[in-house]
Amino acid sequence: MTNATAEVRTLPGLDGAWTRFALRRLGRLLVSVWVLVTAAFLMIHLIPGDPVRAALGTTAPLSLVRARRAALGLDDPLVVQYAHYLRDLFAGRLGTSMTSGLPVSQIIGDRLPATLGVAGYAFALAIAVSIPLGLVMAVLTRGGRGRPAELAFTSTSVVLAAIPEFLLAVGLVFVFGVHLGWVPVAGRSGPDSYVLPVLSLAVGPAAVLARIVRVETLGVLQADFIRTVRAKRLPDRFIYLRHALPNALTATITLGGLLLSAMVAGTVLVENVFAWPGLGSTIVQSILAKDYPVVQGVVLVYGVGVLAVNLAVDVALALLDPRSTIRES
Amino acid sequence: MSSRLRSRWAGVVRTPVGMSATALLAAVLLLAVLAPVLWSAKANAVHTDQIMQGSSAAHWMGTDNLGRDLFYRVLVATRLSVELALLATVIGVVAGLLLGTASVSLGARAGRFVTAVVNIAVAFPGLLLALFFAVIFGTGTKGAVLAIGLAIAPGFARLTHTLVATIAGRDFVAAARIAGVSRIRLLVRHVLPNVGEPLVVNATIAAGGALLAFSGLSFLGIGVRAPDYDWGRLLGDGLNGIYVHPAGALAPGVAVVVAGLAFNLFGEAIAKGIGLRTPLAGERRPSSAPAYETPARPAPAGEDPVLVVEGLRVDFPGAGGPVTPVRDVAFALRRGEAAGIVGESGAGKSLTALAIAQLIEEPGQVHADRLEFLGENLLDTSARTKRHLLGTSLAMVFQDPMTSFNPIKRIGRQLAEVAEQHQGMNRRQALARAVDRLRAVRVPAPERRARQFPHEFSGGMRQRAMISMGLMGTPALIVADEPTTALDVTVQRQVLSLLRSIRAADDVALLLISHDITVVGQVCDRVLVMYAGRVVEDLPTAELLTHARHPYTRALLAAVPDMTTDRDRPLAVIPGRPIDPANVPAGCAFAPRCAFADERCTRSDPALVPDDEGRRVACWNADLTAGQPVAAAQRGRTTSQGTAGDE
Amino acid sequence: MSELRFEDLTVRFGGRRRGVTAVDGVDLTVPSGKVVGLVGESGSGKSTLARAAVGLTPVTGGRVLLDGRPTGRTSRAAARRPLQMVFQDPYSSLDPRMAVGASIAEAIPRGGAPRRAEVARLLELVGLAADRAGTYPGELSGGQRQRVALARALAGRPDVLIADEITSALDVSVQGTVLNLVRDLQRRMRLSMLFISHDLAVVRYVSDIIAVMYLGRIVECGPADDVLLDPQHPYTRELLAAASADLPEPGSALRAVADAEPADPHHPPGGCRFHPRCPVGPLVRDERAACREREPVAEGHRHRAACHFADAVAGSGTPDPDDVPAGPARTTPSGPGG
Repeated sequence: MTNATAEVRTLPGLDGAWTRFALRRLGRLLVSVWVLVTAAFLMIHLIPGDPVRAALGTTAPLSLVRARRAALGLDDPLVVQYAHYLRDLFAGRLGTSMTSGLPVSQIIGDRLPATLGVAGYAFALAIAVSIPLGLVMAVLTRGGRGRPAELAFTSTSVVLAAIPEFLLAVGLVFVFGVHLGWVPVAGRSGPDSYVLPVLSLAVGPAAVLARIVRVETLGVLQADFIRTVRAKRLPDRFIYLRHALPNALTATITLGGLLLSAMVAGTVLVENVFAWPGLGSTIVQSILAKDYPVVQGVVLVYGVGVLAVNLAVDVALALLDPRSTIRES
Repeated sequence: MSSRLRSRWAGVVRTPVGMSATALLAAVLLLAVLAPVLWSAKANAVHTDQIMQGSSAAHWMGTDNLGRDLFYRVLVATRLSVELALLATVIGVVAGLLLGTASVSLGARAGRFVTAVVNIAVAFPGLLLALFFAVIFGTGTKGAVLAIGLAIAPGFARLTHTLVATIAGRDFVAAARIAGVSRIRLLVRHVLPNVGEPLVVNATIAAGGALLAFSGLSFLGIGVRAPDYDWGRLLGDGLNGIYVHPAGALAPGVAVVVAGLAFNLFGEAIAKGIGLRTPLAGERRPSSAPAYETPARPAPAGEDPVLVVEGLRVDFPGAGGPVTPVRDVAFALRRGEAAGIVGESGAGKSLTALAIAQLIEEPGQVHADRLEFLGENLLDTSARTKRHLLGTSLAMVFQDPMTSFNPIKRIGRQLAEVAEQHQGMNRRQALARAVDRLRAVRVPAPERRARQFPHEFSGGMRQRAMISMGLMGTPALIVADEPTTALDVTVQRQVLSLLRSIRAADDVALLLISHDITVVGQVCDRVLVMYAGRVVEDLPTAELLTHARHPYTRALLAAVPDMTTDRDRPLAVIPGRPIDPANVPAGCAFAPRCAFADERCTRSDPALVPDDEGRRVACWNADLTAGQPVAAAQRGRTTSQGTAGDE
Repeated sequence: MSELRFEDLTVRFGGRRRGVTAVDGVDLTVPSGKVVGLVGESGSGKSTLARAAVGLTPVTGGRVLLDGRPTGRTSRAAARRPLQMVFQDPYSSLDPRMAVGASIAEAIPRGGAPRRAEVARLLELVGLAADRAGTYPGELSGGQRQRVALARALAGRPDVLIADEITSALDVSVQGTVLNLVRDLQRRMRLSMLFISHDLAVVRYVSDIIAVMYLGRIVECGPADDVLLDPQHPYTRELLAAASADLPEPGSALRAVADAEPADPHHPPGGCRFHPRCPVGPLVRDERAACREREPVAEGHRHRAACHFADAVAGSGTPDPDDVPAGPARTTPSGPGG
């Protein structure tokens, strides 16, 4: 398969399409990053009232507030602050926490692996379960067959998809932690501590994704070209795996990307249930403590994560579907 | 209009899912209104002597850390939870509508800018946006409502934009513009009514999402603050005590899920009800398979027929009993013979082709008295034998070459698959064969072409590639279903002449399905005219103009203008409209549109009977028409006016 | 009674580098009370021309004139909307949520006859019963819908009607009724009409003048009989041959162009746009290199034909006898111009 993808780039005529695609995508990424950075910068300035006063509390002496404002550069004109902010950002400086006094970059560095781990495993699990399940269900229920299986699948997936991850987390804590006592329910320790957070993150998206894969596969099975494949008298597994699935996946990837982004965001809630030492618990604590530099930094990291997911989706789509590099202009 | 709309929505409510979703949603809303009125006092009563108790007769769900009854607190919290969710939804929907219609209201340039911003925002998950706005607006109820509302907005804006753009691109909007309809009226009368339903559905589902999101924020401590309480906050409080007192966490959790489901299911039920609704075209009565006095026999095909079909029938389940779009079709094809099937949409010609190729899928059912291909009975051959036989000896060409190739696989691979499967070639050999076959149908630069994807081919080249796919084996029969309908006339000619040359070179039989009698005339020796699922006439193409006897065939020939049509006279027309396969009249199906129909025609269906020359016709009055020239047959009784009533 | 004139009309879509010039410097006149038939393959720009005329597509260059005045939005209070259009797909051109009577009434200019009576009159004009006004498009057949679309177009009391492939979405047995109706109305109301179709036989049946379009250009234009019986441009001859009953022998004399692909409108070939497909062009006849280099102009032949060798085409005999167009081979030349 690597051979085939290399071939795509060297094909005459496609070269231009790929370059254009890369340039266009890069341009969009830069614009998105700029919007994100600017939004993170403006966030603090849009807060009504004085964020320093809000953070330090009404009882803090005026001198302290003034000193802190000066230290944070909040007295400079907005444009100057923006320039400083961008300069610091390029240098990797994200400011200092107002509560702990630690550099924000250090806090993020400490917390990021925990969040990445739980989100990564959850995504892998969701994909590994949903795609085969969706495909099998599509095959079983195509053309109005297997009504009972369809009903069972649809109702289960609807319910599972409707349970938000933090509720599922609470339920899992109750069943496995409190009731059965099988796995740890708080903190990040051994591999078994991953079980519940990963499960609570993965189940909902897996249910949604399985439904999407099924619907898309059913749609593809109706397509004209499947009739062509059948007219070639290829075996059924060939039809489903080699022809229907790749096409169903191209349609699934876009939505899958959105789910993956949502999963990144879902860590915020799940980490709070499991006292997971990641970015999600950090951002909530910082919001409640009005520790704005930390909030700003973590928002940036989450934002970049989402943009990375989007980029990965577009690249995957371009590799899987040769038309997509041309189509989107 | 309003009554039609009402009946649609009533129909939604009547489905099992719709009914339960409606009941559930009604219960939630009712509870939201009544619970605080009825049980506020109980929910807020502090019992310092009953702190953190488990469930008991007095307190079903136990009590919290101030000894307040949790069951009543969950019930009373319904009001705030639902209220805030709806408020946030309203904010989100209004903001989304304003942003989504920006291209209409603000003009193209500003609209593009808004769309670009929305497209960036929509990539970010709602929870992240909500957190972002929560920082700006501050924690607490007001901040959370605004945050969630604004987090909903981008998604809704995008949906609105897409829907509006789709409708605005339709011809009826263009027509209204030409007719001088103003922009505002266009939006109000044409665009909004056509996008309203999906927007309502999505707003309902968004309300469910807002409910869940709100409980999430409150759970984190960012949403509702004490002393107010919603389900999220009850849940957050409950989690702290989950070891001693699980009900405190589970009860609000269940409430959130049930309410969220109620909104979601209601929305989806509406969506499904709307989407699956087909326009009601009058009452449908069950159509029973009519009996024939004598079943149709294929015209003798001589020695060694490639294909013999007798009593072919295709059934599909329909709303009012099975529908039979193909009935009692019989014919045979000699080696190297080319026959065309002609008919209007709904005549059953494509289904006939698919049935012969064994490509009708469930729930469709194929029945036949005889269906033999190269002497093999396709009705009771083992799947394995049949697969090999059809895979190597039967070639199919479909109408639309764009959609008939797998869009994400290279043309060469799609051809090579056949040889790998049926001739046991390896990848390299199969690809070489594919290139060879592409060359055989005169695709220029076949090596390069084999490495390209279908969208890099022009329509005519794609259809050549499709034909060459059939030539990967050694076909004895090519079934071509409207192979040139999607092509331009000059390209159409190339493809037809290619089919003709293949047929001549390898003595391949050809079954060509087309709505265009000219196309059939260009390629085929024989033409089978189908109407309402039956073959009504079968005769040599050379004799179409001289010996056609069925009134339908003759009318069809006269109704289509060609390069010799008299321009000073109106065209002959066939009154009425083509038959709906679900609603075939008794007797001869063509009788309601036929100039020669008499009482016998409406009573019983004529059989397809051969004459001495081997021509076959299914008409009681075939002899009446025989003497007249074709073009005059229908012309006398028609004018351009007055025949449209039941067209 | 009105004349519709396209002057050097150009319509471009997309950006500078990857854009398409769908209509490229078209000059065409629909004389008062006449029917001009416009034929060409898909992508030739026929529909874009029509949409540009009624203001649905922005014009890049040139003008569309109605009786010498630029077309455009007539004021809302105007008593008539002199230019109207009927679309190809009757399933898309009527609002599914609006009763057909309301769709027609909407198009009646203000201050005219009482609406209800006018709708009834229009419905009867197109051969539908007046009591059909309350039905929705979903309850009508394709042919009936196309009649309603015609009635809506006539509601503006137009002088000029543009019919864009109005029969190609219909079943063959219904096509004839719509064609008869359009022809009958055109004659009775003395409308000028631009009739667009890919089907030369249909165009031939309806038109007084025939214009042939290829890759955004009008390559031939003249009185119907002249164009059909004495085609000057090789592309017109191809179309005529395609409409005749005979198929060419595959791979015969014209091997070089017989299997040529249609040109890509994104990258139109240089010189004469038809030369890569031309059976009497440079790929077949070496001495005709001019076709690759210079673009032919449409003037100076018996009728307008944009071919360097237009006069030679018909007279010089053809390399492949199969390609001789249907009908009498040649009529006497009637002098230059047209």
